[in-house]
Amino acid sequence: MRLFRAFALAKKEWKRMVREPAFLFMIILFPAILTIAFGTSFGAVGGSQPATYNLAVVDLGAGGNLTASHQFAQALEATNVIKVQYFSDNQSAQSALSQGKIQGVLLLPSRFDASVTSFTSFPGQADRWVNCTVPLYLDKGSLLSAQVIPSVVSQTLQYTVLGVTTQTPVTPVSVSSPSLIKVEASSVFAMFAPGLFAFASIYMIMMVAQSYTGERDSGILGRIAATPTTSAELITGSVISYLVIGLVQAVLVFACVCALGYHPLGGVPNLAMGFAIVTVFAICNIGFGLITAAISKSAGAATGISFIFLMPQLFLGTFVGTALSSTAKAAGQFVPAYYVTDALTSLFTRGAAVASGSVLTDLVIVSASSVAVLIVGVQAFKKLGKA
Amino acid sequence: MQKEITTTASAVVVDNLTKDYGDVRAVDGLSITIHEGEVFGLLGPNGSGKTTTINCLVGLLKPSKGIIKVGNFEVTTQGAEARSIMGVSPQETAVYPYLTGRENVKLFGELCSVPKKTLDARVDEMMEKVDLLEECDRRVGKYSGGMKRRVSIAMALVHDPKIIILDEPTVGMDPQSRRAVWDFIMELRDRGKTIVLTTHYMEEAEEICDRVGIIDHGKLIALGTPTELRSKYGARDLEDVFIQLTGRQIREGS
Repeated sequence: MRLFRAFALAKKEWKRMVREPAFLFMIILFPAILTIAFGTSFGAVGGSQPATYNLAVVDLGAGGNLTASHQFAQALEATNVIKVQYFSDNQSAQSALSQGKIQGVLLLPSRFDASVTSFTSFPGQADRWVNCTVPLYLDKGSLLSAQVIPSVVSQTLQYTVLGVTTQTPVTPVSVSSPSLIKVEASSVFAMFAPGLFAFASIYMIMMVAQSYTGERDSGILGRIAATPTTSAELITGSVISYLVIGLVQAVLVFACVCALGYHPLGGVPNLAMGFAIVTVFAICNIGFGLITAAISKSAGAATGISFIFLMPQLFLGTFVGTALSSTAKAAGQFVPAYYVTDALTSLFTRGAAVASGSVLTDLVIVSASSVAVLIVGVQAFKKLGKA
Repeated sequence: MQKEITTTASAVVVDNLTKDYGDVRAVDGLSITIHEGEVFGLLGPNGSGKTTTINCLVGLLKPSKGIIKVGNFEVTTQGAEARSIMGVSPQETAVYPYLTGRENVKLFGELCSVPKKTLDARVDEMMEKVDLLEECDRRVGKYSGGMKRRVSIAMALVHDPKIIILDEPTVGMDPQSRRAVWDFIMELRDRGKTIVLTTHYMEEAEEICDRVGIIDHGKLIALGTPTELRSKYGARDLEDVFIQLTGRQIREGS
């Protein structure tokens, strides 16, 4: 193995990256555009704007500024998570909900004020309370609002309106109250951000496949094979070049997500480990690219066939998977990208230690599967994909 | 322009080469000896087995039967050594369009282990030889077909190989460029290099080849100097010899 040959081939690939517009777009511009587009759509650009949910409040009682209903609505508004919109009747509120103008409807019954008053006047005397139920309707299609609004509403009612500051055991079984969720820190983008690293890298499969099939079709691979360069040197050249390209992508995506307000936890060690995992993942994508090149007759065919390997990783292994069914999530455990996203989520979002069991397990799985896929790719290309 | 062959030392020995693709026999018991310092032309119609023979010669294809020796090395068992003394310019232009002419030649110099100290000077020398020194820092994608072909030849020669394989070296070139390549080939021969080329241009073979071998259906059907073959077949020129031996029927494939 003459490493200078491998480096010469790697340098050639880096020049391609910056000189060929299609390659430059897929490797560099696409991840940046994708990250910015997702960040702008799902996150909070700049990171300072909290996520808010529009909630319709329909007061079926007497109304007035001194009522418990009014206090309740004001308390909800004060959370900065809920934006209250007053509706005079349930029908118009339900209409707005069904059109997606609001994310929920809170129906305060006519007995609400009496109910609150009875509780505050006779705490601990349940037989004197006026019971009532507060119906809450939510947008079924909005996963986050369905999770956030009930929690904020019930806790606001408990802590602010009813004035309960400690858990009152009314039965022998006590369920602890969750802390108030700081919703502005967990935007949808924050959930997506770790998956974006894997998402960007996956497209390397297409580039590697196009590169090898293109060079095979043009006769240049055959030409290299007619020099003293060995297959091992050729593959090592690809691995070196795409490891660096993978690292560049990771840095680029990192810069973009940070600019969009995502702040990864854990400091430099977590960042280093995260970048290392994404870089190792590039080896896996080279392997899939070689398998694609092996079974593709032309560079055009390689583009289409690469989606066979690209789509499962995309849907099952990146941020897209967060909204999938449990079956799909289980299937995701068979794609390497899943472990990249999982490791980055642990490192960047949960702030897990670099040496924590889950991160190391993910690293081992990504490394082992990447090497295995590369070996299969090299063998497949040698057998089926030669010039 | 043919020269007298004064040496009997063999640069390339092809002995009973046979190559099968499934049931199809592309090369059938071909035996040729190419001498050191000669320009040898391998001629034949499309699909006659020329490219398969060349691919076996440079180690891209494994022969079904037979032995090929390049210099002192047996191609199938000492491939790396054999390839280190060969320079190959394939039928396709086979250059990187996004690299400059200089970068293409330099890359192949590195792949062929040209010492770093002498590489840049060697690249300049080759670019000058193929008359591309002024254009050498432009990307090859912007070159004309003839210029790409000349870069391809420079890539094959950058490591100063003893044996040079040129598959259709002047396809797509204008007469001036073709003449320049012929002169360059003559110069290489005068420096003791062995050149094996394939061509469809009979006047090219007649002009620069010391000996030619005509193959058809994978078999060698004629071998000798252009003068010997003209005399043997009572032909006006090499094209007449070629038509007499291979017929007028148009062949498909390459």
